[in-house]
Amino acid sequence: MELSWRIAYNFLRDGRAQTLLIIVGVAVGAAVIVFITALVDGLQGNIVQRTLGTQAHIVVSSPDLLPLAQAVPPGTVDLRSTDARPQRLRSINNWPGVLGVLQQLDGVTAASPVVTGPAFAQRGAAVRAVAVIGIVPQRYVQVIPVNQDMVQGRFNVGASQILVGNRLAQDLGLRVGDKLRVQGASGGSQVFDVAGVFSLGVRDLDQRYVYMGLKPAQALLGLPGGVTEIDLTVRHIFRAEAIAERINRLTGLKSESWMTTNGQLLNALKSQTLSSALIRFFVALSVAFGIASVLAVSVVQRTREIGILRAMGATRGRILAVFLYEGAAVGFAGSVLGAAAGAGMVWVFNTYGPALFYVPVAFSLVIEAVVLATLAGIAAAALPAMRAAGLDPVVAIRYV
Amino acid sequence: MSEPVSSNPSAGDVDPVLRLEGLRKSYQIGTPLETEVLHGVGFTLRRGEFAALVGPSGSGKTTLLNLIGLLDAPTGGELFLQGTPTRALEDAERTALRGRAIGFVFQFHHLIQAFPVLDNVLMPALVQGVRRSRELEAQGLALLDAVGLAAHAHKRPNELSGGQQQRVAIARALLTRPPLVLADEPTGNLDTHSADDVFALLRRFNHAFGCAVLVVTHDPRLAQRCDRILNLVDGMIVRDQPVAPGSAPEPAQQPAAT
Repeated sequence: MELSWRIAYNFLRDGRAQTLLIIVGVAVGAAVIVFITALVDGLQGNIVQRTLGTQAHIVVSSPDLLPLAQAVPPGTVDLRSTDARPQRLRSINNWPGVLGVLQQLDGVTAASPVVTGPAFAQRGAAVRAVAVIGIVPQRYVQVIPVNQDMVQGRFNVGASQILVGNRLAQDLGLRVGDKLRVQGASGGSQVFDVAGVFSLGVRDLDQRYVYMGLKPAQALLGLPGGVTEIDLTVRHIFRAEAIAERINRLTGLKSESWMTTNGQLLNALKSQTLSSALIRFFVALSVAFGIASVLAVSVVQRTREIGILRAMGATRGRILAVFLYEGAAVGFAGSVLGAAAGAGMVWVFNTYGPALFYVPVAFSLVIEAVVLATLAGIAAAALPAMRAAGLDPVVAIRYV
Repeated sequence: MSEPVSSNPSAGDVDPVLRLEGLRKSYQIGTPLETEVLHGVGFTLRRGEFAALVGPSGSGKTTLLNLIGLLDAPTGGELFLQGTPTRALEDAERTALRGRAIGFVFQFHHLIQAFPVLDNVLMPALVQGVRRSRELEAQGLALLDAVGLAAHAHKRPNELSGGQQQRVAIARALLTRPPLVLADEPTGNLDTHSADDVFALLRRFNHAFGCAVLVVTHDPRLAQRCDRILNLVDGMIVRDQPVAPGSAPEPAQQPAAT
């Protein structure tokens, strides 16, 4: 075993109570860091998962229509006032081609063509405004797993089968097997069979969404053969914005990620991440100061022994190494204990806590905590170690 | 424990272990103020010589010992250790030479309490980068045996008495067979009986290994049992005289000879 490490180890073992106290101190800090990080990550993961349970990661649609004003020659001052153009429902040009391209895109795991637009649902005298969503079922469930949200009937859309939200079903008194007339804004209408009732858990959506096959929806919305948007799932959800921008550059289509449409949520998540990072930083800082102060005391206590070692021919570098090792050892031992304790706290939270959501502890988080604490221990030991290495052996030996 | 080194102090004076020439040391006490503690000390210590350094407190004994032990650098003169001039050495070279050539025995034994007795004895070799091996351990155990403490090799230093700890310190000082052993009041903290033991040990190793020994002591009784007495007063050697053989009787209780 390397001598400096052996000396460090024996010094730590010799100062038993002191060593134990600082290791417990480091452990408490590491436990707090692991617990808070796991909790915040778990909470955020849960929120994001719930949000993305009802919306696509990226929605690609036709670019907005621009005002039909003649472009002015360069250098001319344009004093005209132009109104924004109303955005009528329209299909993505050559959508099968676009779909093929998007599917091949790096980071995209699923793509689903969708035709969606406004319509009225009518049963007897009751009329409700709804959003018709025409889908290719086996593709769509890879984007939004509606098939897991069925509360009645089966997930089955087709030429005359539709799915309605449970709120709409309640409003119109619908049950599986009932008939429902849906009327498109352009005047066409069709009577459908309600094949199932779903609940996405979002009141507004459950009141307005009506899922049907691609063909009947195209007919109702007056877009034969067309789709209004292509919904995408990406592998890493926080890369969605970058991928959306890439799609926009690549195809010229309008491409919006969930990160844009949920700006406020993302903002909240970011400030939460920031505040937890601050907590972690200050806990780590106080732990580092703790290590530094204990080692500073230890250097004073070991002054004479440092002097003897120097007299016997130990170099300054060796003395420096001894105290750096002490810092590293304390950081490592404390953080291993602390990470275990933090994981234990998470387990208690999962088992006996409010059980609103499950908090996983990533193994990488534990490794990260241990590595960081060990490095912090070394950094904290730097000053005391330099002091020890700089001791004048003449003074040190006669230190009482 | 036979060594090739001659234990006869008068043999061949070509290569003295230690030679001091006009050694001076002053300390800065405030910016313009300097106080000189040693005013040109010069003497030579040959192989196998056993000398006492005596003098009243404040005479500069400790300062001189620090200089000889390469723990501190002189401000004037030169100090030759085995013929090597040392004044201009860098800290790293000084440290290396110190580890190689000098064994220390301090007044307060100065064992490292965090290590067992045997590890303390091996420490000088380990610190200089020697790998811990069976041979090294055997060497350490043999030395502990020679000081009569082999049975305590794996105890903590603080489980031993003061005299025993000082004997461990002597074993430690001799592990690397340094040509020069410096003892700073090695018996100052011990009762008469233990002091005699410790002194006899130093004497025995001096004979066995042929190392030069310089003992700082306040005890005239012990000084009389050395080969030579150097008297330091006010930073100068005022008397340097050999001790007439037989002027002090050897104490009756001597540890068993090897």
